[in-house]
Amino acid sequence: MIVSMKDGARLFGISIMTCCAVTVCNLFLNYYLDLTAVAGLIGDSYAKMFYDAQVMTAKVVCGVAGGCLAATTVVMLVFYIKHYIDSHSRELGIVKALGYSDFRIARGFCVFGLSVFAGCLAGYLLAFALMPRFYELQNADAILPAFPIRIHWRLFFLLVIAPTAAFGLLAVCFSVTRLNQPCVNLLRGITRLRGKTRDGKEKPTFVAQMRSAVLKSRKTLVFLIGFSAFCFSDMIQMAFSMDEMASEMMGLMLFIIGVVLGFTTLYIAVTTVIRSNQKNIAMMRVFGYDSGDCKRAVLDGYRPAAYIGFLIGSVYQYLLLKIMVNLVFAGIEGVPEYRFDFPVFFLTLAVFILVYEGIMFACGRAMKQIPLKQIMSE
Amino acid sequence: MIEIKNLTKYYGSGESRFKALDGVSLRIDDGTFDVILGASGSGKSTFLNVISGLETMDGGSVAYDGRPLETMSERELTRFRRDNTAYIFQQYYLLPHLNVEKNVRLGADLGNNRSFLLLLDAVGLSGKRKKYPAELSGGEQQRVAIARALAKNPKVLFLDEPTGALDEKTGRQVLNHIIELQKKQGFTMIMVTHNANIAETADRIIKMNSGKIVSVTQNAGKKTAYEIGW
Repeated sequence: MIVSMKDGARLFGISIMTCCAVTVCNLFLNYYLDLTAVAGLIGDSYAKMFYDAQVMTAKVVCGVAGGCLAATTVVMLVFYIKHYIDSHSRELGIVKALGYSDFRIARGFCVFGLSVFAGCLAGYLLAFALMPRFYELQNADAILPAFPIRIHWRLFFLLVIAPTAAFGLLAVCFSVTRLNQPCVNLLRGITRLRGKTRDGKEKPTFVAQMRSAVLKSRKTLVFLIGFSAFCFSDMIQMAFSMDEMASEMMGLMLFIIGVVLGFTTLYIAVTTVIRSNQKNIAMMRVFGYDSGDCKRAVLDGYRPAAYIGFLIGSVYQYLLLKIMVNLVFAGIEGVPEYRFDFPVFFLTLAVFILVYEGIMFACGRAMKQIPLKQIMSE
Repeated sequence: MIEIKNLTKYYGSGESRFKALDGVSLRIDDGTFDVILGASGSGKSTFLNVISGLETMDGGSVAYDGRPLETMSERELTRFRRDNTAYIFQQYYLLPHLNVEKNVRLGADLGNNRSFLLLLDAVGLSGKRKKYPAELSGGEQQRVAIARALAKNPKVLFLDEPTGALDEKTGRQVLNHIIELQKKQGFTMIMVTHNANIAETADRIIKMNSGKIVSVTQNAGKKTAYEIGW
C-alpha cells in the first residue's frame, strides 16, 4: 500500500550486510558440519588437536562475524524503518485517517525483509563459490582426512529463510510501535519534531543553532554514525590483532567485513543526513550561505559521535578478544597472551580520520549539486 | 447526528499553553452541509480534527448517534473512522507511487466499494485512471482525493480548506463536484474555510473566533459554486 516492493529492494546496505554475514557463516558452518562428519576418522592426537582448533575457530568466527553483522542489520533495519516513517509520515497519516489499522499498514513493511532475502541468498551462493578454495586452505597440509563439500539444507533454512522471516517480522512489529500514535501527529509530521527545547544558552550563530537542531531532530543518525565508526574500528583492529591467534584468511575476512560495514553504514548515514536536510541546505544557500557553512551546519555535529564510536570500538574489540583468549582458548596450549595493540590502534585511527574526513569533504562538495529550484518548489 | 458539548482543546504546556477550543457546543444533523468559517488561528481546523476523531479532546464530548468519541481507544477510533468518516485536505495527500485508480481504491477497499470507478467518472477523471499524482494538475489531484474519500461511502465527510491550494476556475469546479456529490449521496458534510464566499454554498454557516463559536446562521440564500464570488 504505502511501502512498495521498490522500497524494500532499495535497502542495498542491508543486503550487503547480510550477504557478508551469510557468506562467512555459511563458509564456516558448512565446513564445521562436513568436518564433524569425519570426526570418527581422526586418529592421532596432533590431528585431533588441529580438528579441535578448527571447530573452535568456526564457532568463534560465526559468533563474532555473524553476531556482529546480524546486530548491525537489526540496527540498520530499525533505523531505515524509523526514517521511512518519519519521511512518509503524511502519507501514513492519511491512510490511518482513512481508517486503516496500524497493523494493516505495518503489514506492508514486511517487504523490507526482501533486502535481507536478497543479501542472504547472495551470501549463501557466494559461500559455495568460495568453498572449494576455502576447504583447500583450511586443510592445506592434509592433516585431516579429505572430505567433500556437502549441501546442508538446514543451513539454507537457517541462513536464508529464517533471517528473511525474522527481519520481515521485526519490520512489521517495529513499524506497529512507531505507527501507534494519533494520526494527526503523523499528518503534521510531529514524529520528526518531537523533543523538548532545553537550550540553556543561546547559540552564538545561526550555523551553530542549525547544527544543534539537526542533531536533535535526527538522534538515530547520531547513533548510526557512531555505530559505523565503532564497526570500522572494531573489525579492522580485530583483524590485525588476531593474526597471531587465527589464520590469515580469518583476519582478511574480518578486515573486509570491517571495511564493508564501516563504509556502508557511514555512507547510508551521511546520505540520509543530506537527503533529510535538503530543504534546509537549499534554504541556506538561497540566503547566501556557502557549501562550507551548510556542511558545518548539517554534517559537522556528527564528528564527536564518530570519534567516540571509534574509541568505544577499540575498547570493545580489546575486551572481546581478551575474554575470548581467556575463556575460549583456556585449555589450548600455545595461544599467546593478548595485549592492546597500540600501533594497530594508531594506524587504524589515521586511516579512519582520512576516510571519515574524506567522505565529509566529498559530501560538502555534493551539497553544491542540490537543485535549489526543484527543492524549493516541492 | 453529531452532538458536540462543551469541547475544549489545549496546545502546548506551561507558559506557552493556550486554549485552541474553548467550550464549543453544536449539533449537526444528518445529511446537512455545514461550513465552519473563521480567520487563521480561530480554531476551526482543530475543531474539525477533534470532532472527526483525528485528534483527542481535553474536555467535553462528541457523540455520533449517541456513541461518544472521548471514551474510544486509538484502535476504536481507527475503526470508527474506517466505518463512518472521510477527509479531504487542502494538500491532497495522494500517495505518489500509486496511480489514480489505486489511490481511489485505497478508500474503496475500506468501504467494500466495487463500483468505485464510477466515482472517477463523477469527478471527470475516468480518462486519467493510470496517471500518477505527479502527472496531474492541482485540481485533478484534489478531485482524486474527493473520489478517494467518497469511495469509502462515508456517513460524514470532513473537508479542510479543500480549494485552498487551487486557482479560482479549478476551485469552483472542485467545489461544484463536492456539492453535487453531497446532494446525490446525502452524506453529512462539514467544511472548514476562511473564505466567506465559499461559505455561501452551505446550508448553515458556523463562525468561529478565538476557539469559540460566535454565530450559527441558517443560510437561506444558498448559492452554487458558480454563483459565489471568489
